[in-house]
Amino acid sequence: MKLFARSRDIDREIDDELRSHIQLRADDLVAGGMDRAAADRQARIEFGGHLKHKEDVREAAGIAFLDALLQDIRVSVRALRKSPGFALTAIVTLALGIGANAVVFSVLNAFVIRPLDVPDSASLYQIERGKSKDGAQSYPDYRDLRDRNRSFDGLAAYDFSRLALDSDGTPVRVWAKSVTGNYFDVLRVQPFLGRFFHASDEHGADSAPFIVLGHAYWHAHFYDDPAVVGRVVRLNKHPYTILGVAPPAFHGTLLFFNPDMYVPLINSPELGAGNAFDVRSTHWLFQTIGHLKPGVTPAQAIADLNAIGADLEKTYPIDDANMTFTLARPSLYGDFLGPVVQGFLLGLMLLAALILLAACANLGSLFAARAADRSREVALRLALGASRSRILRHLFTEAILIALVGGAAGVSASVILLRGLSAWQPFTRFPIHVPVTPDATVYAVALLVTLASGFVFGGVPVRQTLRTDPYEVVKSGSIVGGPRRIALRDLLLVAQIAICAVLVTSSIVALRGLIRSMHSDFGFEPDGATIIETDVSAAGYLGDAVPPMQKRMIDAVAAVPGVEAAGSIDQPPLWAGWSTIGVFRDETTDLRPANEVAQPIHYKVSDGYLRAAGTRLLAGRGFTAHDDAAAPRVAIVNQEFARRLFGSAANALGGHFKLRSGLRVEVVGVVEDGKYGSFAESPKPAMFQPVLQTPDSSTWLIVRSPRDPQQLAQALRGALRGVEASLPLTIETWGHELNSGTALFGPRMATASLGVLGAMGAMLSVTGIFGLAAYSLSKRRRELGIRMALGAQKLDVLRAALGRAMRLLAIGSVAGLLLGILASRVLAVIVYSASPRDPVVLAGVVAAMALLGVLGTWIPAQRALSVSPLMLLRDE
Amino acid sequence: MSPQAQLLPGTLDLLILKAVSLGPLHGYGVLLRIEQISAKALLVEQGALYPALFRLLRQGLLKANWGTSDNNRRAKFYELTAAGRKRLKEETSDWNRLAQAIASALAANPEEI
Repeated sequence: MKLFARSRDIDREIDDELRSHIQLRADDLVAGGMDRAAADRQARIEFGGHLKHKEDVREAAGIAFLDALLQDIRVSVRALRKSPGFALTAIVTLALGIGANAVVFSVLNAFVIRPLDVPDSASLYQIERGKSKDGAQSYPDYRDLRDRNRSFDGLAAYDFSRLALDSDGTPVRVWAKSVTGNYFDVLRVQPFLGRFFHASDEHGADSAPFIVLGHAYWHAHFYDDPAVVGRVVRLNKHPYTILGVAPPAFHGTLLFFNPDMYVPLINSPELGAGNAFDVRSTHWLFQTIGHLKPGVTPAQAIADLNAIGADLEKTYPIDDANMTFTLARPSLYGDFLGPVVQGFLLGLMLLAALILLAACANLGSLFAARAADRSREVALRLALGASRSRILRHLFTEAILIALVGGAAGVSASVILLRGLSAWQPFTRFPIHVPVTPDATVYAVALLVTLASGFVFGGVPVRQTLRTDPYEVVKSGSIVGGPRRIALRDLLLVAQIAICAVLVTSSIVALRGLIRSMHSDFGFEPDGATIIETDVSAAGYLGDAVPPMQKRMIDAVAAVPGVEAAGSIDQPPLWAGWSTIGVFRDETTDLRPANEVAQPIHYKVSDGYLRAAGTRLLAGRGFTAHDDAAAPRVAIVNQEFARRLFGSAANALGGHFKLRSGLRVEVVGVVEDGKYGSFAESPKPAMFQPVLQTPDSSTWLIVRSPRDPQQLAQALRGALRGVEASLPLTIETWGHELNSGTALFGPRMATASLGVLGAMGAMLSVTGIFGLAAYSLSKRRRELGIRMALGAQKLDVLRAALGRAMRLLAIGSVAGLLLGILASRVLAVIVYSASPRDPVVLAGVVAAMALLGVLGTWIPAQRALSVSPLMLLRDE
Repeated sequence: MSPQAQLLPGTLDLLILKAVSLGPLHGYGVLLRIEQISAKALLVEQGALYPALFRLLRQGLLKANWGTSDNNRRAKFYELTAAGRKRLKEETSDWNRLAQAIASALAANPEEI
């Protein structure tokens, strides 16, 4: 705007100066003896065309460009107003394309491009172990790595814990990070309030009863009260002092996990970890992180760590294996999630870019059609002396104007969507959300993409315009685009419809798979079961106090009227993750990790679990109350486990295997295979051990009852309160629990993304079909009018007007359907039993594509039918 | 009127710089000064003058201020900047070299080849 103001000033100055020139010349003439009026006239005549001079001066002063721009914009706005349908189609198409790109790029930016919001994040790495790039370490291994390495400026580690915080008499469950004492110092974070704990606060197990609150939790639960520092609260019934509050931007080193608080890891024993805390073979520390010292390269650090690892393997051959290390970025948990997320997002980005490209192609042909329609106008302007560059500039102004409006609409919509996405918590049980609000980078990229797409589709009709020969056009009445251009346009449309059909096919396939996977057989029966999540350590029960407490809880629940069966498990299948345990053949004596025969998924269950969960026992017996610590070790295994270790279920019964500790375990029962980690997984070995022989404070009660879930939940809560009032409980139906768990997240996301992309593809196909139909209609209005005058039926007219678009739609749909069926094979990896040869899928795709055809041709069809021969006669 | 020479392209800028180098001038003054120093042999077309002046302003070779003319008219006066002075010197020597070369080329006769 400033530029335009300056342009106006210069304008005025030029006027002044030219006027002054004429005056001075007139003065001279007067001095030469002429009378005033004659002199003025003479001076003006000598000077010549004032306006022409002014234009030249402006050109020289470098501001003519602005004039032309303003004028072009005015003309473009007027031209677009005259064809609102065209403008709206173009703007909506672009808004979709640019909006999709802004959303995907914003997510990509948040996850991959933007560095983690901690000081010096460039030198921050996490340590991964072995070929499998496992991020987890055991506490003793961590200590050795921390104390013996010479490459890191301190190494910190942490794990997540679910704790019960009691600050006002009612315990609530919170997500804490159990962190090593040096955690905040290693990450170079300063407290927002109060102080942090340090390595010097650790003096052996349970020696540091301190809490540092996360800023968000402090804000939401302590209402920003600064007096909270120094307060003593109860954590799992133990007194803890709140030391301080972490800064608002700090969420730790994992991008999407926001813990409520931080507690010293050294206190894990009393907070529920018990004796597993200090066992070298238990890799329970989730992430080990540190800054490389200045001047140390990752390769040097890896060599340093590997030397320590080799030494540890030698010193502890039973416990330590695969002690080779790699470094990775911590924000997406290194190589565990990083490449998957990156791959997924880059794939999405590519798709979004394709969508935008398709949108540009559509708009390009719309523009070309428009340019052809306006060829008379262009020819006239050329004939009147407008330069071709000026006409091109005008075309581009129109394109850029549309691009900017479309881009602004798209970005606004994407900002709303991203805000929602940032506030979204995909898993109700976890403090996980994705901070994807757009930043300056996103806006800059969006603007760039907007301008670029404006130039891309604005550039399509350039050649056509440059070729325009005013004489020919004025003579013949229109220019006929070469047949090649039409063919290219058709090809583009077919490709677009095909892509759309692929997306529609895959999203219907994914949706069907998702629905089916909810009703398939996964080795337990969630219908009619209610699940109660708690952890008895939250009420202070540890060690030997755990089994009797769990027994009392199961008994109390089983006594509730209407309950048919009740049992407990340490963590239900298809929830967040699973734990595995290495097993050996009975005859193996060298119990190194390398000699393990399988790594079955491992559950600790009470005697009533199988019946409560509805898991079918195929052979042998279930557990009883006598399978306790005093009895011989027993296990129930699934078919896959039996097949791998013993060849068959029949052989397995009565057979033995060994655990790493050397304990012999007898197989007393075989159950059906199930799904444990994800719906799409292939059969995995699994084993169940009696919780009485392998105590665990984590307690999920499974209750089977035909009663109304809500009433039942109340009755259950009452019964459990009678056992232990201070135990925080979450009660849900098992079906709901599965829905909110992580197992369905992948398939859900895949289905949702495909659905959204499919919808966008569909919208674009509609505009594409619309564009082509409208174009060919406008070219053939005369012909149609003549046909009608000669008595053609409505159907004939429609066939003539829209036949081409419909043919292209059919070709594209069939191609897309075939491609979609191929693509769905890939989908089967994510979505359970995704089968494209499903009649519902085929019917759905055909219906969807037909609907698109109807939508795209509706308006042109109306227009074709309203063609009146009379009107046509008057037209030219 | 004596026959006037056609201005070669590019020479107008040089003439303006030269005219202004002799003292600050307004646009009309530049016109008169060029006529005067070329002994009326060169006549600048009025329409070409102002675009050239603005071009030179934009290139930073001239600077301009509004002032009052001898006969009390408000007018915009042009002056050389340091860059303008430098350019004038360069272009003058370039022009002289070119003029000499063309003169000697045109003076050549068949015997000399």
